[in-house]
Amino acid sequence: MKITFDWLKDHLKTNLKEKNLLEQLTNIGLEVESVESLSPDNQLFKVAKIIKTEKHPNADRLKVCDVNVGEKELKKVVCGATNASEGLITIYAPPGAIIPKTNTKLEIAKIRGVTSYGMLCSESELNLSDESDGITELSKKYEKNVGKSYFSKLKSNLIDLSITPNRPDCLGVKGIARDLAASGFGKLIVSKEKQIKLKTKQTLKVKINKEKGQGCSAFGSCLIKNVKNTESPQWLKDKLISVGQKPISAIVDITNYVMLDINRPLHAYDADKIEKGIIVRNSKSGEEFKALDNKIYKLEKGMCVISDKKGVLGLGGIIGGTRSGTEFDTKNILLESAYFDPRSIRNTAKKLNLDTDAKFRFERGIDPLSIETGLKKAALLIQEICGGEVSKIDIQKIESYKIKTINFDVNSFENIVGFKISEKEIQKILNDLGFVIKKEKKFLKLTVPSWRPDILQQIDIIEELVRISGYDKIKTIEPIKDRSKSTLTQTQRLFHLLQRAIASKGYLETITWSFTDQSYNEHFRETNKEVKIVNPISSELGVLRNSIFSNLIMYMSKNLDRGFKDLSIFEIGPVFTGSNPGEQKTIVCGLSAGKKSRLSWIDKERNIDLFDAKRDVVQTLNEAGYNSDQFFIDSNTPNYYHPGKSGRIFLDHKKDKVAAYFGEIHPNILKKIDIKTENLIGFEIFLENLKLSRKPLKDQKLKFSVSDFQKSERDFAFVVNKDVEAQELISVISNVSPNLISNIKVFDVYEGENIPDNQKSIAISITIQSSEKTLNDKDLEKINNSIIEAVENKTGAKIRS
Amino acid sequence: MSDLKKIRDEFTFKLKGKLDPAELNQIKSDLFGKNGLVSSQFKKIGTIDVSERKKFASDLNIIKDELQDLINLKINEIEKANINEKLEKEKIDVTLPERSFVRGKIHPVSQTIDEISSIFSEIGFSVEEGPDVENEYNNFTALNTPDNHPARDMHDTFYLDDKKERLLRTHTSPVQIRTMLKDKPPFKIIAPGRTYRSDSDQTHSPMFHQVEGLHIDKNINMGHLKGCLNYFIKEFFEVKKIKMRFRPSHFPFTEPSAEVDIGYEMKDGKIIIGEGDQWLEILGCGMVHPNVLKNVKVDPTKFQGYAFGIGIDRLAMLKYGINDLRAFFDCDYRWLNHFGFDPLDVPTNYRGLSR
Repeated sequence: MKITFDWLKDHLKTNLKEKNLLEQLTNIGLEVESVESLSPDNQLFKVAKIIKTEKHPNADRLKVCDVNVGEKELKKVVCGATNASEGLITIYAPPGAIIPKTNTKLEIAKIRGVTSYGMLCSESELNLSDESDGITELSKKYEKNVGKSYFSKLKSNLIDLSITPNRPDCLGVKGIARDLAASGFGKLIVSKEKQIKLKTKQTLKVKINKEKGQGCSAFGSCLIKNVKNTESPQWLKDKLISVGQKPISAIVDITNYVMLDINRPLHAYDADKIEKGIIVRNSKSGEEFKALDNKIYKLEKGMCVISDKKGVLGLGGIIGGTRSGTEFDTKNILLESAYFDPRSIRNTAKKLNLDTDAKFRFERGIDPLSIETGLKKAALLIQEICGGEVSKIDIQKIESYKIKTINFDVNSFENIVGFKISEKEIQKILNDLGFVIKKEKKFLKLTVPSWRPDILQQIDIIEELVRISGYDKIKTIEPIKDRSKSTLTQTQRLFHLLQRAIASKGYLETITWSFTDQSYNEHFRETNKEVKIVNPISSELGVLRNSIFSNLIMYMSKNLDRGFKDLSIFEIGPVFTGSNPGEQKTIVCGLSAGKKSRLSWIDKERNIDLFDAKRDVVQTLNEAGYNSDQFFIDSNTPNYYHPGKSGRIFLDHKKDKVAAYFGEIHPNILKKIDIKTENLIGFEIFLENLKLSRKPLKDQKLKFSVSDFQKSERDFAFVVNKDVEAQELISVISNVSPNLISNIKVFDVYEGENIPDNQKSIAISITIQSSEKTLNDKDLEKINNSIIEAVENKTGAKIRS
Repeated sequence: MSDLKKIRDEFTFKLKGKLDPAELNQIKSDLFGKNGLVSSQFKKIGTIDVSERKKFASDLNIIKDELQDLINLKINEIEKANINEKLEKEKIDVTLPERSFVRGKIHPVSQTIDEISSIFSEIGFSVEEGPDVENEYNNFTALNTPDNHPARDMHDTFYLDDKKERLLRTHTSPVQIRTMLKDKPPFKIIAPGRTYRSDSDQTHSPMFHQVEGLHIDKNINMGHLKGCLNYFIKEFFEVKKIKMRFRPSHFPFTEPSAEVDIGYEMKDGKIIIGEGDQWLEILGCGMVHPNVLKNVKVDPTKFQGYAFGIGIDRLAMLKYGINDLRAFFDCDYRWLNHFGFDPLDVPTNYRGLSR
């Protein structure tokens, strides 16, 4: 909402300065978004006429225009607008002028070899409208103003307010003045309505159809006959220009003025173009009409339209049609002032993707009792400026406005807000805001002003009171440092621990978007449901991710392209398994590329491999409190991993839920994504699959017991079939005599010479120690033999001698 | 001269000279070997006249000890010389680089979430979470933002179906609804998490982070809200005083509602929080609307309280001088390394929020 202090003063008597105004507006919840100074620079923008245009010698799309700017000599201006043509009256900015939109200073410039003295401006460049297609086109009436400045001398700055959607009343200057006055910033000027004698009848019949979903509940109108539509007088033009509007013709300007002044949208029809009266009704499916934005809209069933016998004239409260629009030669006007239901307005505008000033106001709620006031105010101005006779006002209604009352308990204020104001103060504020107050025994009976659709219950009154008396009066009550519940749940603690555990192993934490590129996602989706976003910001971000890998690989690739070769990154966050709330899992996903010890003077360089990732995962799970001795690992992994070089980890042999995957990313994916690195290794840890110990740490620690008896180390080498896993051998050995055998380590795996083709040799070292005595040679021999026997029997291995 | 003295003089002289290990061994065996000079003298003790035997034995022992000490001294000397010689050869260039160690980093948003949780933990808030995919009811309707309410326009929502029933939450406020439906009052929670709006430019990212706060109990009023936020902002920016301004605003789910600005100034291109005459909007808050309480079956005549929502990414930007929001999600190695935190820097109350 754009206003000026000058315009405010039409409704507000105050001696305070603009600086105080800006502060006060913000203090009462009418946030000042920006203040544009309309400095004397504006005087530089002149009305000008294009005398001649020629094609630019070096550019097809540019023209060289000779422009009359009211000086002896014509100015040469290079212009790219298609509508720049001989005879056009437009706005010229000389070198030195500052273009409002871009805030840049114009200079004399050579454009493709031709010197341009200044610029011809579009409406958008002047912040007059969003119209950036071509330069401003002024009507012929401006011809006499060529050489004069387009903008009048303005004293007042343009203040842009951000009005919250609950305050339609502040979409009019008067509403803002009322709020300011209530807060003690001046006094509201109550202007006496000028009386005009309305003699003639409104002869155009208006009917609101009573039908289901009718969006219009009241339609006021009056006929103004024999007007002479003209250019607006200077004061009116200045007013509109001062808030960034472009004057068009007196009738349109007047309706705009009334709308901006008291937030009462009006619509003027050329009465002669209306065929036998007006019918307000629901649209039929497929009906079409051409709106004032020159677009043809095809309507769905049930939209609120203003129509005549021939068809749709306009969409009520949203936009009028070209068929009945007023022109400079319009003689007889029908002026409309109606009430449209916000819900209906919003539905229609949304379906047609239409956004207009009227729609913005009606969907927030227009004062239903302003129909007559608005009509009179506008009619009077039209009569003053354009002449003519105004008819009596006709108001058709299918529903009457119901007065809202609220019983307000004065004590509730302190209860919510924490400080107290006197009942006298309360009454004054509410009175100033337009409430009618009746004091009852235990409460105040308040009649809510008709322009405040947002006020429905006691809490709304409290808000008004604290807003006007000032948020700075709210006390600061220091919080009490007391904790009755633990801050984090166990799962949250685990999240926190995994996050920092992985980071401590050399992975940089990333946060990537929860959505991703469908084509990347497809590589990692497996059998999961694809969750599409109906309205993505771009097609590359069209689906919710089924895996974090899609994003990590994409960003890994970008970093590799930046020239970094050896990188580890990870993310902890959601992946999605469906489009319902809760169909998501928390995953810690890591990705490493490149080599270890690249270009090291001391260590041998090698490609990063799956055992690096396995170490990071196993160590992290260890740190989270899971015993890696109990893990069960197999090679059953999703198809985005290398089938032979990847594994999955269960926390124990029950194989309940997968704790993690690790391994090389499938070479086919690397090829398709065209990622350039020596090796790419990833892992995923599933937070929700990690069983939480119910025991607190103090109870988790086992009794401390060590043996001081002598221990012996023994090495074995077994020859087994290739498909036998090391895990199996370890498991068999540890079961032989769990009390005596510990520290089982694979220290060599060998295939090749001296070993049959389909077999391999696994060398294992173990520690044998008793907690009861020093074992003698005989004891050791016995254990040795049982190990060999067990391994040979259960795995088909042969001890290598 | 007696034999003993002769032996002593001769070998003392030898042992004080320069010897290599072989020569020293030779001396050792000359003296103490099976037929060594000293050993032989000991064998002689029995043949000595009784009157002189005692003295002879005593002298012999003294000489033996003296020579033995000299030999030990020499051994030490030789060993020391050996080590020194070896050390001379073993000198290495210690300016060569160490073995590489790569420590990862924690993302600034994660670090900020931990800082926030740590601060609110002190005053009794616990952490709640909610799903990223929400239904229309929890995200809007239950929060007093019915269908066709213009306030919905302020949220550019990502939808997952044509009926607009499933969506990516546009704020963390639905966690309020979930928490209150699940439990009974009082409530004192914060809910940090991902939020989404279909808005993308230099200052907007389609995904960002918010932390929701909710405190519902008997007699919680706007003074408590002001106190809580004042405490939080001071702790978060690690300053003793903060300039803070409550400004009336409108959110459908709170009433009265406020936006909160903090004072700042620019010094040498860096933003200084807490002083100065510029205002910076940092959060929205208010008293939970009675309609919201009714929607979650909490009696608004018995319970009341406040809620707030803060942009986490923005807090991180302000505190750590990060200019570009988009960079948070760009995963540039150099950026992550620069703005990331050592995983050992866990924000805690007792050790301090940040290093």
